[in-house]
Amino acid sequence: MLSRVARRIYWMARYVERAENTARLVNTYHFLLLDLPRGTRVGWEVLPVITGSYPTFTERYTRHDERNTVKFLLADSTNPGSIFNSIASARENTRTSREVLPGQAWEQINELHLYAKAHLNDALPRRGRFDFLTEIIQRSQQLTGLLAGTMSHDEAYDFVRIGRNLERADMTTRVIDIGAMSLKDSDESSSLDVHVWTSMLRALNAYQMYRKDVQLGVHCADVVGFLMQNSRFPRSVSHCLDQVEECIGELPKHTDTLKPIRETRRRVDRIKPEKLDAVSLHDVVDKLQVGISSIHEQIRKTWFD
Amino acid sequence: MAIDWKKYDPGECYDELISTPGYARAPTRNLAAWLRSLSDEDLQLRKLDAELAIIDKGVTFTVYSEGENIDRAWPYDIIPRVIPLREWRKTEAGLKQRLQALNLFIDDLYHDQKIIRDKVVPKSLISESKGFREECIGITPAYKVWAHICGSDLVRDNDGTIYVLEDNLRVPSGVSYMIENREVTKRVLPELFENNTILPVDDYPDRLQEMLQSISPSRRARPEIVVLTPGIYNSAYFEHAFLARSMSAELVEGSDLMVDKDDYVYMKTIQGMARVDVIYRRIDDQFLDPEVFNPDSALGVPGLMRAWRKGNVALANAPGCGVADDKVVYSYVPDIIRYYLDADPLLPNVPTYRCHNKKECKHVLANLEKMVVKPANESGGYGMLVGPQSTAKERNEFKRLIRSNPRNYIGQPALKLSTAPTLCDHNVEPRHLDLRPFILQGKETFVTAGGLTRVAMRQGSLVVNSSQGGGSKDTWIVDNEKN
Repeated sequence: MLSRVARRIYWMARYVERAENTARLVNTYHFLLLDLPRGTRVGWEVLPVITGSYPTFTERYTRHDERNTVKFLLADSTNPGSIFNSIASARENTRTSREVLPGQAWEQINELHLYAKAHLNDALPRRGRFDFLTEIIQRSQQLTGLLAGTMSHDEAYDFVRIGRNLERADMTTRVIDIGAMSLKDSDESSSLDVHVWTSMLRALNAYQMYRKDVQLGVHCADVVGFLMQNSRFPRSVSHCLDQVEECIGELPKHTDTLKPIRETRRRVDRIKPEKLDAVSLHDVVDKLQVGISSIHEQIRKTWFD
Repeated sequence: MAIDWKKYDPGECYDELISTPGYARAPTRNLAAWLRSLSDEDLQLRKLDAELAIIDKGVTFTVYSEGENIDRAWPYDIIPRVIPLREWRKTEAGLKQRLQALNLFIDDLYHDQKIIRDKVVPKSLISESKGFREECIGITPAYKVWAHICGSDLVRDNDGTIYVLEDNLRVPSGVSYMIENREVTKRVLPELFENNTILPVDDYPDRLQEMLQSISPSRRARPEIVVLTPGIYNSAYFEHAFLARSMSAELVEGSDLMVDKDDYVYMKTIQGMARVDVIYRRIDDQFLDPEVFNPDSALGVPGLMRAWRKGNVALANAPGCGVADDKVVYSYVPDIIRYYLDADPLLPNVPTYRCHNKKECKHVLANLEKMVVKPANESGGYGMLVGPQSTAKERNEFKRLIRSNPRNYIGQPALKLSTAPTLCDHNVEPRHLDLRPFILQGKETFVTAGGLTRVAMRQGSLVVNSSQGGGSKDTWIVDNEKN
């Protein structure tokens, strides 16, 4: 398999996943803010911060209000991680690797792109936002399902899974970071934290599965434990890393890449959620993100360059 | 209401299926009778089926329009074009003869240039050729073959004679559509294959692969063959992907390949660097190697010419073979055949006037409204004048062009191109067509069974290029002695 093709497929999967995750994040955040009292601790600018695009955001906008943040995350052409740009990049990567992907994948991503282009402006005011984001989420999942169901599970598909799961792990750590930030500002454990952590679970489609698994209420330590270490939940950091490890084990020349994965995986296992406070939680998240990006770097060096 | 062949009138042109209104040619009788048995509605349904099949299969070609690339569904007419086997065998022999002679010619030009010393062709043929590459002098590719894949355009005049209109030796395209057209016909008109002996066309990718293997410089049992494409923006990208897939070869872009210090070519794979033995390149000479040709080319591979000259990799077609893909060289092909093969040409050329010859140029200028004028080095139907359909303004413009650069132009009498029944909006009407068979030469020589028939969809039009609104037909070589 050509390195170029592997690289494009990997990025295609990452961008589709990123569009879906960002859509869910904006959606959940929107509902969270509706629940919080006026002038509470967290504002919209948290989203550019946790998606790692805060510098671009402040450069571009002086007012960090809802309107500008949503515009930045959904439609802004200068934000490479905006939903629209993610879809456009996923489309471009699909277009250039059509010969190894099922024909329908191209059609679906093309339709997703056309849909996003046509409805972007409807999504900026609150009223049309929910429908738009839901549609983006559904169509992205449809594509993920299509690849799982119609593509041979060969090396090309390994790169799809690697890209998807690394992106997922990354997003999960970022969502946990939002929780950490809101903890940091609170004087005492308040009832608002329940709202925040519930929303974070929702942002990862994890609420129902969490309730099933934990059965108690929503508490910081349990949520962090679930999102980090529950190896059966497909968006937990440990599950995603296991998937990446499994796929990488199938590929040639994988020894160097298994190392950073196993290191990061061990770091996840060592987390003791009940002992974390706001500062140490943020620190843990930070280290995990460094780990995830070192996995990416090693993948790039081994198979793409 | 079904098709009424009595109302189908090809006029003074030779029609491939219907000789005179109401009468089908012998090998076509089954087809004509069967088509007549379909109701109008049925005919339209089949047409729709074909359109859907083409969309389903994703058969597209790319056109450039207002700076954008648009994938268009491949245009296909459901009524096949029929050629009797016996006639085809003669054409086939003529095509093989032609390519063999052209390859000897190219090889001679890059070595001793005997044909010029013997004054069969003028020296200006090289000194003024855009396709001659000095970098190729002295190189001897396997079997002395330079043009491994050739697409020759054939047309039939109103007396029924088949002429060669041009030989495309650079990066001829269309063969994937020949195969896809047959697939579509099998899907939408399956009944026809029961009562006719029609030669299959889908062995082409195997033959191509065999040919490419035969020119491999390495002794490996499974030489690594790749298809080199300029990328998704090229109008023939569909075909590049199609051929790579059907040969199970990698479809590579220039940036996937590199020439190492050992002067071998490698491709970058997830396993590491893999040596490449044969490159079926679908990019033009001038973009192949930025070290030798266009230094700004991002499509090519630095050092590729070095690797090729050392015999470490085979390129098909070989660089420099475009010297014979030139409309002035074309006019000498009958002489070239006689010179190298000591035989008469089996397929005639269209009479051609070379504008660099004063007398012939005068003839072209005086008869512009009866001539087709072509630039020597263009393809895709660009930059030509179709005399009978031109305006006085266009003819004056061409007079100026020819006078300012006579070497660049040739004139040919406008032929009355043959027609075939074509399903236009609601009726079956005659439309002009040509035929592009593909010829392969490596260790062996091979010709496709038929080729790609291209149709000018506008009434009276002679321009068949898909980039200019042309359509296509499935082409049947029919063994009517078995029918």
